[in-house]
Order: sequence, then C-alpha cells, then structure tokens
Amino acid sequence: MHANGMVLLAAAQGSTQDVPARAQMATTLGFHIILACFGIALPSIVLLAEFIGLRRGNQTAMLLARRWSQVMGVLVAVGAVTGTVLSFEMGLLWPGLMRQYGSVLGVPFGVEGLFFFLEAIFAGIYLWGWRRLPGWAHWWSGVPIAVSGIFGAISVIAVNAWMNTPGGFTERNGRITSVDVWQVFFPRSAIYEMPHMVLAAYMVAGFAVASVYAVGILRGRRDRYHYTGFALGFVPAAILTPFQIFVGDTAARAIAHDQPVKFAAMEYVTQTSRQVPEWLAGVYVNGHIYAGIKIPYLDSLLVGFGPGTKVTGWDSVPPADRPPVVWLIHLSFDVMVGLGSLLLLVGLWAAWTWWRRRRWPRPLLFWLLGAVSGLAAIVAMECGWVVTEEGRQPWVVYGLQTTAQAATTNGGVLTSLSIVIVVYGVIGAATIAILLMLSRRWRRDDRDDDPVPYGPPSALADRPASQVKP
Amino acid sequence: MGDAVGAILLASVTLYAVLGGADFGGGLWDLLAGTTARGRAPRDLIDESITPVWEANHVWLVFDLVIFWTAFPRAFASVMTALALPIWLAVGGIVLRGTGFAFRKEITRVSLQRVAGAAFAFSSLVTPFFMGTVVGAIATGAVPADASHASLAAWTSPTALLSGFVFVAACGYLAAVYLVVEAGRRGDRSMRAYFTRRAQGAAVVAGALSLAALFEVQNSDPAFFNRLTGRALPLVVLAGVCGLADLALLTAGRTKGVRAVAALGVAAVIWGWGVAQYPVLLPRTAVTLTNAGATQATFVALVVVAIAAVILVVPSFALLYTLQGRHLLGGGEQGTPPAAGPRRSTGLPSAAHAEPPPPNHRPGSASRGVALGLVAIAAIARRRSPR
Repeated sequence: MHANGMVLLAAAQGSTQDVPARAQMATTLGFHIILACFGIALPSIVLLAEFIGLRRGNQTAMLLARRWSQVMGVLVAVGAVTGTVLSFEMGLLWPGLMRQYGSVLGVPFGVEGLFFFLEAIFAGIYLWGWRRLPGWAHWWSGVPIAVSGIFGAISVIAVNAWMNTPGGFTERNGRITSVDVWQVFFPRSAIYEMPHMVLAAYMVAGFAVASVYAVGILRGRRDRYHYTGFALGFVPAAILTPFQIFVGDTAARAIAHDQPVKFAAMEYVTQTSRQVPEWLAGVYVNGHIYAGIKIPYLDSLLVGFGPGTKVTGWDSVPPADRPPVVWLIHLSFDVMVGLGSLLLLVGLWAAWTWWRRRRWPRPLLFWLLGAVSGLAAIVAMECGWVVTEEGRQPWVVYGLQTTAQAATTNGGVLTSLSIVIVVYGVIGAATIAILLMLSRRWRRDDRDDDPVPYGPPSALADRPASQVKP
Repeated sequence: MGDAVGAILLASVTLYAVLGGADFGGGLWDLLAGTTARGRAPRDLIDESITPVWEANHVWLVFDLVIFWTAFPRAFASVMTALALPIWLAVGGIVLRGTGFAFRKEITRVSLQRVAGAAFAFSSLVTPFFMGTVVGAIATGAVPADASHASLAAWTSPTALLSGFVFVAACGYLAAVYLVVEAGRRGDRSMRAYFTRRAQGAAVVAGALSLAALFEVQNSDPAFFNRLTGRALPLVVLAGVCGLADLALLTAGRTKGVRAVAALGVAAVIWGWGVAQYPVLLPRTAVTLTNAGATQATFVALVVVAIAAVILVVPSFALLYTLQGRHLLGGGEQGTPPAAGPRRSTGLPSAAHAEPPPPNHRPGSASRGVALGLVAIAAIARRRSPR
C-alpha cells in the first residue's frame, strides 16, 4: 500500500489540491446537472402527456407518457447516485468549507432533503404504478414529483446563491456565532438564481424531448406520434424561453452590483469607467482582446439604461482576487446568451407559423434547429454554470473564503479525478446507449403493432402481457 | 438542542440501516444466487422487492449526511478527511450499485445484463463493508478532532474491519428476513424456504461477528466496552434477544413479526453504539454533540426539518410500502395489469382489492424506527429542559 506515501505527499502539498478538486467538482456537477434538469422538469412533461391522454382519450399522448416515464426511471436512478456523489464531495473535496460554513449552508440542504424524499418516494409510486393504479390516481401520484422537483431545485440553488452573496450569519473569531435561517435561504441573489435554474431545467428537458422527435421527423417519420412528442417538449420550453431571457437579463444587471468582479469578467470590463463597450466573443490574453466585436456604449446601456452608467471593472480588486481565466467566463457567457437567443428565435418562428397557418413550419431548417435545440439548451445551461462558478473564483464563499482554503488537504485528488472521469464516461455512454436501445425497441414494437389486416383486433390488447420480461 | 439533533441523526441512520441496508443485502443475495438459470427465481424476487423502493430508501443516506454536516460541521470535516479512502470506495460502490441495478432492468442482452448485474451485486457487498469500517473507525476513536490528512490505520484496525463485516452480514440478514415474508406473501413456498435458510445463516454469522467485535473491543478499547456493557447494556441485550427470537421464529416457520424483530435488533445495535458514546461525537477527542460547530438557530432549523419529515415523509413512505405490499407497483411501463400477469399464479387481482395489508410489513418497521427515534428525542429533550 502506498497510502502512507500519499499521506506524506499530501502534508507537503498543503491545500494545493484546489485545482484538481475544482476539476472534479466541475466534472461531477456538470454531469449531474443535466440529469437534475430532467429530474426537475421531465415529470411535468410526462404528466402533461398523461393529462392529455387521460382527458382527451389521446392514446398517442398516453403511449408517449408511458415510454417517457421509463426514460425517467433510468435518468432518475442515475441522477440519484450522481447527486449522492456530490453530497459526499462536499465533505471529501471541500472539508474547509464545511468545517467553517457547514452549519450555515446546511440548512437549505436539509430542506432539499425533504423534497428529495418526496421526489424519490412518489417516483417509486408513479414509475412502477403504471397500469396497476387507476388512471387519475396514477396521474396524481406524479404531481408531488413535479412539485418537489421545483422546490428541491430552489433549495439547492439557495446554497449556490448564498455562496455568491453570503449573509444571514455572524462570525466571531473565525466561528459562526448566530445564523438567521431565513436570510440564509433567501440571500440577495436568490431572487434571480432560483427562477433562472428552474426555467433552465424546463428548457433543457423540453428541448431535449423535442430534439428526439425532430430527429425522427427529419428521418421521414412524419406521423402523429412524432409530432405529438415534439410538441409536448417544444411548446412548454419555447413558451418559457422569453421568460428565461428576461430573468437572465435581470440577473446580469444584478450581478453588476452584487458581484462586480464576476460581471467584469463576463463583459471584459478591465477598468471601472463610464461609456463601457460591449464585447461580443473575443479572447482576452495579456490585456488584448483578439477576434472580438466591440459595440460602443452598449455595456453601460445594458447595465444602467444609459451610456453614462459607471460599470465596475476588475481593476477594483487586486489581481489575486480576480478570476483566473476571464476569457472562459466571457465566452461561456456569450455562448449562453447566443444559444438562448437562438432558441427564442426558433420558438418565435413556430409561433408565427402557427398564428398565420395553424401548423408547424415546413422548412428543413426549422426541424434541423429543433433537432439541435436540446443540445443547445444543455450547452447554454452548462455555460451558465461555468460563468457563475468560474466567475466567483478565487472565492468559494464570495469575499469570505477562498477555494484553496476550502479544498481538502488530502492528496490523491488527481487519482479520484481520473477515476471519476472514466466512471462517469462509462455511465454517460451506457445511459445514452440504453436510451437509444429503448427507442429501437419501441420502434420495433410500433412496427409489430401495425394492425393485421384480417387479424382479430383483440390480439393487440393482449400483446403487452406476453412481454413482461423479453 | 444538540442532543435532540444527535438523536435525530441516529434515528435517520437507523432508518437508512434497516431500509437501505436491506437493499444492499438484496444485492448480496443476488451475488450469491449462483448461475443464471439457478439464480433466476431469487433474483426476480429480489428485483421486484427492491425496484420501486430503493431510491426512496437511499435518500436516508443523503439526509444523514446533510444533518451530520449541518449540525456537527467540525466533526464532519474531520471524518471526511481522515476516512476519505473508505468513504470514496463506498461512494464508488453506491454509484455502481445504483446504475448497475437501473441498467440491468432495461438491458435485454443476457451478457450485458450479467455485467450490470455483477456491478450491482458486487458493489452491494463492498459498499456496506466500507461504511462499516467508517463507523468502526469513528467508534474506536480513530478520527482526530481536526484531521488534516487521511489515515489508513484509522479504518483498518481489527474493530473497524470487523465492523465492516458485521455491516455486510446485517444487511444480508435484514434482506433475507424481508424476502422470507415477501415470498410468503406471494405464496412462493420454495423461495420462502430458500430465504429462510439464508436468513438463519446470516443471523448466525452476524451474531458471531458481533460477539467477535465485542470481544475485540474489550481488548482494544476497555473504556468503550465498559460503556457498551454498562449504560448501553439493555440495548445490547435487546439486540441479542431480537436475533435469537428471529432465529427461533424462522426455525418454527413463523413469519409474523419477523421483519419488525429483525429491524429492531439492528436498530438496538445502532442505538447501543450511540448511547455508549453519548455525548461524545468523536471518541477520544473533546468533540461532543454541542461543541462540534453549529449554533442554536441551526439546531432549531434541523429539528423543524425533522418534524416536517415526520409529517410529510413518513406518510409518503407508508403509502409507498403499502402500495408495494399490495403488489400495486409492478413492472412500470412494460408491466402488466395485475390481472394479466402470466407468471404469477397466486390470485393477484384479489390481492389488489380484497386482501388487507399484512400487519407487520415494512411500514411497521419504518414507523417503529421513527417512533423509537421520537421517544428518544422526547426523553432527552425532557431531561434537558429543566435547565
């Protein structure tokens, strides 16, 4: 065993584990957050489909709801374990953070635990109660999943918001002496971070569902089943997109006040000044911005609705207190905004065509955009997390504790990081492979289901019974 | 208040042990079920019993972690640093267990099913083992107050390793007992006999390992042994009595109440540990339930969360287990309405409506665990309140 050697090495390195620890947190959180989005929003979409199926006797929507809930079963299971990994990592990677602030940021996590319970319990009932619980009872058993998904997300985001704009406690001689639970749960940034993430989850899940059926439509499966599947994902996501852009715009303006250095990195504000230009794209290296498009005054206009608005630059803090990789933050921000705007345009296109002609747009481009909309929503959401997490560096609790202070003093994070990358790679690939396999299996079932010209119609009804365990 | 939160933590650890532990035990019996053909019947029974409930049971672990770090952040940071390696290994096991189980269900090719099943079953063995070494390491005082590096010696002491084996055996015991009742309820005589034999075997092994651990503690940590056989003696005796009673009931072919007795026995072991080391959180340090870093407001918030859990979560669990007990949670999307199940010979349609819920099924053990926790909280709160 080399463990003793590892321990000695760790003691020598001190808290230099923060970079691999951040990489590992980014990997595991970046992976889990996609599943979390499905955990938050997919139940609502499945319930919408089942509602239409029950209310209007729409068998296509009902079939979709049943199949989606099987997908949900896989995603919820993987999400439950990857979420557990994150809980452990709070202590395994960031013992410094937990030792100092565990009793403060733990409170929203405790509330989240309650919602996680309700989510898991009712997921057990809903997912495995198909065809055994009566129709509407089954539908209602899914409602707590959707509701607790939203409130669970709000509770977790409360922690992230608290890390961005900490408050609600007093610290004396390095010890927490009192906690105001309400203020911890609703810090200043909560009002924009919470809706931003919940809406993002709905966009990710909705557009992802829509993409699957857009691909099918592009491949020539232009049937009721595919159009219904597309609509059930696309319509809610497209309706929420403008709200998301409004919330995001509000958030950016608030961040200019709450975390000016993060905002400066997002927008390349090098010096505190007025009449600040807006940079579209561009890579900042050693004081130069390459390949960027400069729009004069726009940043000041966006922040304060006037070209004379003063915007705080990153020169307001010493270099050690600035985020290390500003170009990554800026480009991630631009990609997020760009993709969000693209998704808005796709939704507007569909809305326009529906308004004028009562049908879906026919051009190939629309369906190509629909096919990539899920990926676009996921990338935009991940970019948003890069902005908020990278933009807070070097702090883990803004202005109070640095990430290096929070990181574990144990060695071997590079080892666990490598293992995590391999294991999550395999799990990610297996999850996608299983979803594709389900899709193939269903397509085969649908072919078999084509009514037999002279066969007895009741043969159809008996079919599922023979397929308990293929 | 620290005491109340300590009791809440111990109560939710107990619930994780008697509910989540049984799910790990199911994986253990899956691992030992033999070849594909021979192991089909037990594997199917295990699969059907675990499927709708394991995620909900698993949440107790997350809840335990959150209470631990919120109420006792200093101790949490120390444990997570000093015992990083076994905890990482347990986390790995949790990931493989959950994904392996979920994937196996969807895969149709047998070779891949075997891979996913092996991941599920093998990790069901290693996860409780490493969790047991973590608990053993804490109980033996191997975690310093402010650990700054991982320690191999902390969790490889004979007591810690024995504790790992006890955990594995206890999980297997709980699962086998629960499965005896489940098989009995389905009218499956051969599976009932199959798991009765295994429950008896696991009971003997778990009992022997527990006694070995007790003797080891007597040698290595006399102070802890004295407290275990002192103020914690009633609980230790209760654990032994429960084990023997279950053994006797199973041998006599009685299944009424065996699950509750088994769960109570495991709960008694956990509460015996808690009582023996109270009010110290990390033995051999000065870290207690009250000075491990949290403020009064945090404790109050956690008590409120716990009360909310009793109001919201416990009835939901009761609903889940009741529906599962009545076989209303089946194969999901691919599942069949109960009436059409081709492989089920027992009159399931009537089971869905006519059969009253058996008196001692899992909600029984769950509510008993909660009741036990609440009684303890109330007792401690009453003792503390005059001050």
